[in-house]
Amino acid sequence: MIARAGELLHVDALHKSYGAIRAVDGVSFRVGAGEIVGVIGPNGSGKTTLFNCILGQIGPTSGRVTLAGDDITSMSPLELARRGVGRTFQTLQVFGQLSVRDNLIVAAQEFESTLPRRLFARPDAGLTARADEMIERFRLKPVAQLHAGRLSYGQQKLIDIAMAFMPRPRLVLLDEPCAGVNPSLVETLRELLAELNRVQGGSFVVIEHNMDFIMRLCPHVICMVEGKVLAEGPPQAVQSNRAVLEAYLGN
Amino acid sequence: MAEFLQLVVSGIATGAIYAVAALGFTLMWQAAGVINFAQGEFVMLPAFGMLMCIGVGMPLWLAFLVTCVAAALVLGYAFKRGIADPLIHHGVIPLVIATLGVSIAAKSFVRSGYSAMAQQFPSPFPEGVFHVAGVTVSFADAGTLVIAGAIVLSLQAFLNRTVTGRAMQAVAQNTESARVLGIDVSRMVLYVFVINALLACVAALLITPIYLAKFDMGETIGTKAFFAAIIGGFNQTRGALLGGVLIGVMENVVGYYLSPAYKEGVALVLFLLVILFRPEGILGRREERKV
Amino acid sequence: MSPAARNIALAIAILALATSAFFLQRSQVYLLSLCCVYVMATMGLNLTMGYAGQMSLGQAAFFGIGAYIDAILTTKLGVSFWVVIPIAAVACFFVGLALGFPALRVQHHYLAFATLGFNVLVYLVMRNEEALTGGTFGISNVPRPYLFTWSLDSERAYFWFTLAALVIVAILMRLLLRSPWGRAFAALRDNPIRAESLGINITAYTLLAFAIGAAYGGVGGVFYAGLVQYVEPSTFYFTTSLMMLLAVILGGSGRFFGPVIGTVIVILLPEVLRSSSSPALQFMQKWYLVAFGVALVVLMVWLPGGLLSIGDRRARKAAA
Repeated sequence: MIARAGELLHVDALHKSYGAIRAVDGVSFRVGAGEIVGVIGPNGSGKTTLFNCILGQIGPTSGRVTLAGDDITSMSPLELARRGVGRTFQTLQVFGQLSVRDNLIVAAQEFESTLPRRLFARPDAGLTARADEMIERFRLKPVAQLHAGRLSYGQQKLIDIAMAFMPRPRLVLLDEPCAGVNPSLVETLRELLAELNRVQGGSFVVIEHNMDFIMRLCPHVICMVEGKVLAEGPPQAVQSNRAVLEAYLGN
Repeated sequence: MAEFLQLVVSGIATGAIYAVAALGFTLMWQAAGVINFAQGEFVMLPAFGMLMCIGVGMPLWLAFLVTCVAAALVLGYAFKRGIADPLIHHGVIPLVIATLGVSIAAKSFVRSGYSAMAQQFPSPFPEGVFHVAGVTVSFADAGTLVIAGAIVLSLQAFLNRTVTGRAMQAVAQNTESARVLGIDVSRMVLYVFVINALLACVAALLITPIYLAKFDMGETIGTKAFFAAIIGGFNQTRGALLGGVLIGVMENVVGYYLSPAYKEGVALVLFLLVILFRPEGILGRREERKV
Repeated sequence: MSPAARNIALAIAILALATSAFFLQRSQVYLLSLCCVYVMATMGLNLTMGYAGQMSLGQAAFFGIGAYIDAILTTKLGVSFWVVIPIAAVACFFVGLALGFPALRVQHHYLAFATLGFNVLVYLVMRNEEALTGGTFGISNVPRPYLFTWSLDSERAYFWFTLAALVIVAILMRLLLRSPWGRAFAALRDNPIRAESLGINITAYTLLAFAIGAAYGGVGGVFYAGLVQYVEPSTFYFTTSLMMLLAVILGGSGRFFGPVIGTVIVILLPEVLRSSSSPALQFMQKWYLVAFGVALVVLMVWLPGGLLSIGDRRARKAAA
């Protein structure tokens, strides 16, 4: 398939069934280069399963995923990472016994040179400057030397997200970045993501329940219900869509 | 052919003993997430407990009963309260180390406090043999098989047919849901520890007459029990039985036809094959990898 | 302490240890050498287990493979000790790589028993393949090497030689741990799924953690054979692996000096008790292992992170 100009990710008729249950039921959408797409929907509507299918964590039953025209369906998470697909998880996933700086360096070091060469590379793989820039941006400077596992939930969340951006990925899938985060940090996160989008130019797909966050961050929103795409478009249009309102309020 | 059958029969008898020890292993893992590296010593200690009781003049059956009570208290209750409960939240490794510590302490305790020599142990079965279809079977093998079989079947019946048994299974499958359903999880886990201790006593009664009572006898039994549990399927009670019998029979066959020197390696090779090709075990259910 | 001050303190400690050989009896110097060779092996195990998070109960097998390679090559083929070291390291590296494969399928207790089983298998080969290994009698008269023209036959000379070798392999380990590989190992231990999503090849690093740890075990074994000048299978039974594991945990796994402290306790303490003539200490020797086992249990209940984690515990209490 030939990608449309400026298109980065194309999810085409993705299905994932568990027995009779269709967790993802024929989802298709496109993400342009540098675009931020929000994915909303009630709990259990298949958002995270969709992510896991795209990200190779579980194999889809049918359908195709392409990245800049290349078929990446069912590729391993490792292979996807190498092709510039980053992600964050719903729950905190930092390396608790490494320092904050080492968390950031390890997030990018595997993209520098080859495995045997890295044994003889400089201890920081030449990434200290990039890590410190990220630390500065995420306001983690006072804790840069501490073990990540000892920090507060909010700080670990920031590290988690910063790690995903360290390798400068082309596409980042963020699974509920605001979950469990206090309102002032939500605002910080939104600013950070908007800024990273401007600076790094990558595309984002963001699952989030915080409507205000989605409305202000994403120019394009997809609403999923029961494994299907119910509505798609600019945030205001999706928000005022009758079917979407019914799906949220009806349940 | 008769020779082969002979090997199979005595292999099944030995394997049934491994299975009894393996059952306790499986139950402890299912219900409490505890891997007991001192399982072999849990068999060795009752063997010496019985010897001591016999030493003060008790008949074997009384010695067995007294030992069962002591084991339930020490290897069941005290082990759970003193070691498993405080460590269960720290992940697998501290518990592994602590049970290794128990294993070292128990072995050295028996060696320094009792004897480093192998001790004779009376058989609960009469001597002699009988013949069935050209196969010579000793009363010891037949008796072992009957007792081990009865234990496994009655344990299965207990787990499947009684309210307590079902509650224990619920705890094993999903501790959180069981708690929500109002099951006293801590008590069910305690039952599992006590059952494990009792199974160890039975295994001791059956295996010690064959292998003699020695401070390090648990090393072999403990690893065999673990291998049997994994080969059969760690999350299946029947798996332990299959694994144990498979090891017992294969050891006999390999030891006789191939090389007695590598008899000890049989369980291991079976185990490696299983974890490479079917990590959930022959009868096991696959468990999802958690993120 | 600043890193420079720390290095100077370490250098002084090593020199003091080397000098102590002048004041100690022959048998005591021998014990120090024994500690050094075991530390090489436990240092490797600490990489596999402490840094990369892969449970291993088979380190004594590599220690044994290294020792037997040295014994066989030097006594039967007259190969030089210096050639044996790289051969043993490479051989153990590849065997370790193979042992890493089960680790890709299973974790924790399964892996513990898989590696333990591997250890038993190696032991059986050592015991049964008499033509090659001498069976239960083992191989005696393993020669000690020459350093240029200087014989290392004396207990003191061999101790210095072993200590120097230990310092070299320890520095190499330090460099490895500080390299990007070291960081990747820690990431693998802390969170393999997250690591994979960041492009860290967990298959490669898992295998490497085993292989490098095994190579350290093998090199330790070569020095062991040179020290004891006699190898027999029971030294390399899985109980030795358990002792190595305990040494690592006792000191604090995932800490650079953890295996040093743990090994000294595990190797030296029983020997000190055994060689003592005081009745109180001899009583201790009889019951030492019982106390050791009980102490392990108590230690785990009290300090699940090992002896060196006591500082962390204090810091946490102070912070709370």
